[in-house]
Amino acid sequence: MIYQGKQKIWSEYQKEIPDDKWFYVRSCIRQNFFPASERMFMEICRDILKKDFYETEHHTTCGGIAYHCDTIPQETAMTIVARQFALMTEAGYENYVASCITSFGNYTEILQTWEEFPELETRIREMLWKACRKEFNKPKYLAHASDLIYKYRNLIAEKAKFRLINKETGEPLRVVEHIGCHYAKMFPSKGVGGAEYPYVLAGMVEAWGGNVIDYPERRHCCGYGFRQYHVKANRGYSISNTHKKFESMEPYRPDMIITNCPGCPYFLDRWQYVIAEMEGKTYGKDGFGIPVFTYEEVAGLVLGYNPWDLGLQLHQVAVEPLLDKIGISYSPQEKYKGLDSKDIMRPGLPENLKCF
Amino acid sequence: MKEIIVIIGGGIAGLEAASQLLKLGYSPIIVEKSPSLGGHVAKWNRLFPDMTPAADIVSGLVESTKEANIFLNTEISFINRLRDNYNVKLSNGVSISTKYILFTTGFRLFEAEKKEEYGYGVYDHVITNGDLEHWFNTSDDRRISERDIKSVGFVHCVGSRDEKARNSQCSKVCCITAIKQAIEMKEKFPDAEIWCFYMDLRLFGKKFEDFYTKAQRDYGIHFVRGRVSEVSEDINSRVIVKAEDTLAGKPIRLTLDLLVLMSGMVCNPDCTKTAGMLSLPLDSDGFLKSSDNVLHITSSPKSGIFYAGACTGPKTVPETLAEARSAVLEIHSHITGK
Amino acid sequence: MMDNIFGFKISPSSAINMDKVDRALFRELCRVEPDAARCMACGSCSATCPAAAFSGMSIRKVLLCLQRGREKEAFGMMSNCMLCGKCMMVCPRGINTRRIILAISSIYGKEEVK
Repeated sequence: MIYQGKQKIWSEYQKEIPDDKWFYVRSCIRQNFFPASERMFMEICRDILKKDFYETEHHTTCGGIAYHCDTIPQETAMTIVARQFALMTEAGYENYVASCITSFGNYTEILQTWEEFPELETRIREMLWKACRKEFNKPKYLAHASDLIYKYRNLIAEKAKFRLINKETGEPLRVVEHIGCHYAKMFPSKGVGGAEYPYVLAGMVEAWGGNVIDYPERRHCCGYGFRQYHVKANRGYSISNTHKKFESMEPYRPDMIITNCPGCPYFLDRWQYVIAEMEGKTYGKDGFGIPVFTYEEVAGLVLGYNPWDLGLQLHQVAVEPLLDKIGISYSPQEKYKGLDSKDIMRPGLPENLKCF
Repeated sequence: MKEIIVIIGGGIAGLEAASQLLKLGYSPIIVEKSPSLGGHVAKWNRLFPDMTPAADIVSGLVESTKEANIFLNTEISFINRLRDNYNVKLSNGVSISTKYILFTTGFRLFEAEKKEEYGYGVYDHVITNGDLEHWFNTSDDRRISERDIKSVGFVHCVGSRDEKARNSQCSKVCCITAIKQAIEMKEKFPDAEIWCFYMDLRLFGKKFEDFYTKAQRDYGIHFVRGRVSEVSEDINSRVIVKAEDTLAGKPIRLTLDLLVLMSGMVCNPDCTKTAGMLSLPLDSDGFLKSSDNVLHITSSPKSGIFYAGACTGPKTVPETLAEARSAVLEIHSHITGK
Repeated sequence: MMDNIFGFKISPSSAINMDKVDRALFRELCRVEPDAARCMACGSCSATCPAAAFSGMSIRKVLLCLQRGREKEAFGMMSNCMLCGKCMMVCPRGINTRRIILAISSIYGKEEVK
C-alpha cells in the first residue's frame, strides 16, 4: 500500500467544515443502540471545546429508513427534511449537522436533487407551507457529525488521557475503520477523503495513535443494507455480507473496529454473536470478538470517560480486552449498574462468543 | 521562397509530415514541448502486430527530418490571424508567420488514478500499459518484482467507453496492446498465468485476430469477459480483482502479482488550449473536430489549419502515419492551388 | 455445530474464486487439444446443437465450466452429447469439438462423463 497515493486522493476530497455554530439533529436508532454516543458528541463539542451546537426536541426522523425500504415516496422524505431545515432556520442557524449517515446521505441527495430540479424544491416549499405553515432556508453547510469530530481530532488528541496504543508493547492498535455506505458512496465529493478511500475515520485513528488496517473487503457494506435486514427472508444476505467482511479482516488481527454509521456498528457487533452461534467462529483472541465502536465512543475513551458511562455494556462483543490493551481502568462490578448505581440487570451470556 | 508549415507536435505524425513536406520542397518547422522527438511511440518498446521495435520507427523518422527546423522544449504562446497569415509566437520568443499550421498534437494516456477503485498509485503492484512499456525498455519499476510473478492481469478499457470518466469513446488500440503485452509477459514469465479482463475484444486491424488466437492457443492466456469492478490489496500486498465473468454469469475473483491497467487515449489537453486560440471546435468525444469525419478527416473548419494523427481521435501507428501523409497532400494541393 | 435457531443462515458465496481452482486438467486438455483454448464464445455451437434445447448441453459452456472449476456442471451437460458433430460444422474457428469432447472424457475420467 502506498500511503502517499492515498494522501493524494485525500487532498482532492477536502470538504469545507465550519468550525462553529451548528444545528444538530439526532438519529432515530442510535440512542437505543449506542445510548451515550450522541450525548458524548454534544459534550465534546459544547462542554469540552466550547462550540455553539444547538438542538431542538421538535425535530423528527428524516424519513431515511422508510425511504430506503421503499415505504414512502421521495416527496414525503423531502417534506420531512424541509421541516427540519425550517427548524434550523427558525433557530437562526445555517450549518446543519446530522448524527446519522443515512440522514446525511438523505439530506445530500435531496439538496442535490433540488439543485438539478428546482421546480421540485418549489413544490416541496408549497407542501411544507400547506402542512405546517413553515418556511426554510437551505443549509449553507451540511456535515455528518463524524466530519466535526474529524475536524476536532487534533484538539481531542491534545486533551486525550489515552492513546490507541497497546500499553504492553507500545505498538499502535490495529484499527479497522468502517464507513457507512450513505456517507460518500452516493456523492464522493461530500465526504472527507472521497468514497474509495475515505479519510474521515482514518484521520481520527491516526490522530489518536492507532494504525488503520486496509483489508480487501474494506469498502464492502456492513451487511445491514436496509431491505437485506428488515425483510426477514433476506436476512441471510445481511449476515453473509458481514461474515465476508470478518473473514477478510481476520488475517490482520484487528484490535478494534471504529464506525460512523448507526447501522454498521450494530450489525458488525451483533452479527459476531450470531456468526459464533451458527459457525462456532469468533474473530478476536481467545474466543472473544472484535470490539466495535462508534467514533464518539472512541473519542470518549481517549478522553478518559468511564467506559460504562459511554454505554459500552450494551455492546454484544466484550470491550474489556481492548480496555486492558489500552490501559483504561474500569470496574467489572459496575458494568451493569446504571445511573445512581441502579441495577440494570445482567444479560444472558452466549455460549460461543466469550463475553462478560 | 519556400512555403513554411508550422507543425505542432514532434510525435510520429509530426515527424512523418515533416519528412514528406521536405521531400516536396517545403520548409516545415516542428514545435515540440518536450525535450525529445517521437512522442508516445518513443516511450514504447515494441509495436503490434509484428513486434517491430518502436525505437527503429522513431529513429527512422527522426533521420528523415534532419533538414527540418525543430524547436524542442518549446510551446505555443499564442497564435493569431494577421490577414491571410497566422502569426505563431513560441515560448522561446521566436515568431513565425505562416499560411499553414498542422496539428499533430496527439493524445494523452488517460490518468489511471482517476479510476480510484483500481488503486493506481495506491496499491503496490498496479501499473499502466505505459508503465509496462517503460519497464520493457528499462527494466526499472519497483512495482514489478520479477521473482514473484506468477499471475498477471490486464484490465481493458480503463478510462475508455466510460461515461463517468467522460470518455465514451473506444480507444481502439488497447485491446490489441493488452494482447501484445500479455504475450510479452508470458514470454518473460512462462510459468505465470495471464488474464485479460475485457468488455468486448475489438480487434479490427491487420493480423490482430491472429494475434488473439495465438494468445489463446499458443500462450494459454485467459480471457474473461467482464470489466474489473474493483481492486484491493491483500495482506501480502498482492492484488485482488473482482469482476463478473459475464459468460458464466457469475462473479469471479482472483489474486494477482501484477495488474496492468490499459489506459485509454484522451485528447491532449495542451492541444485543446492551442486549438482554443484559433477557436477550433472540439468534437463530442473531446478530440479536435475535423471539417468532415468521412471525407476530410485531416482538414479543420478553418482555412490553412490541418490535422493528422490522434489529435482527432484514437489511432494506431500505421493509421497515424497514413494520415500524416494524407494531410501533407492536402496542404500541397492547397499551396499549388490544384 | 448447534441448531440454527435464527431462521436464516450464512449463504456461501456464489463467486468463482479462481485462486482455488485447480487448472491442471484443463492445461492437460489444452496440451492434447490446443484448440480447446481457442473458443471465442460466439455460441454458434449451442445454437445448432440438437441436444441443447432439450438438455442444456453447450460445448461452449462445457469449456468455460472446466476453466472455472465447475467440472460437475460440465459433466452434466456433456452426458447429453450425442457426438453428432453439428457444433463442429458451424464453429467459425474450425475447432474439432468432437475430439475435444472425447479428450475431456479420457482426461477427466470416463466414469464421470457416462
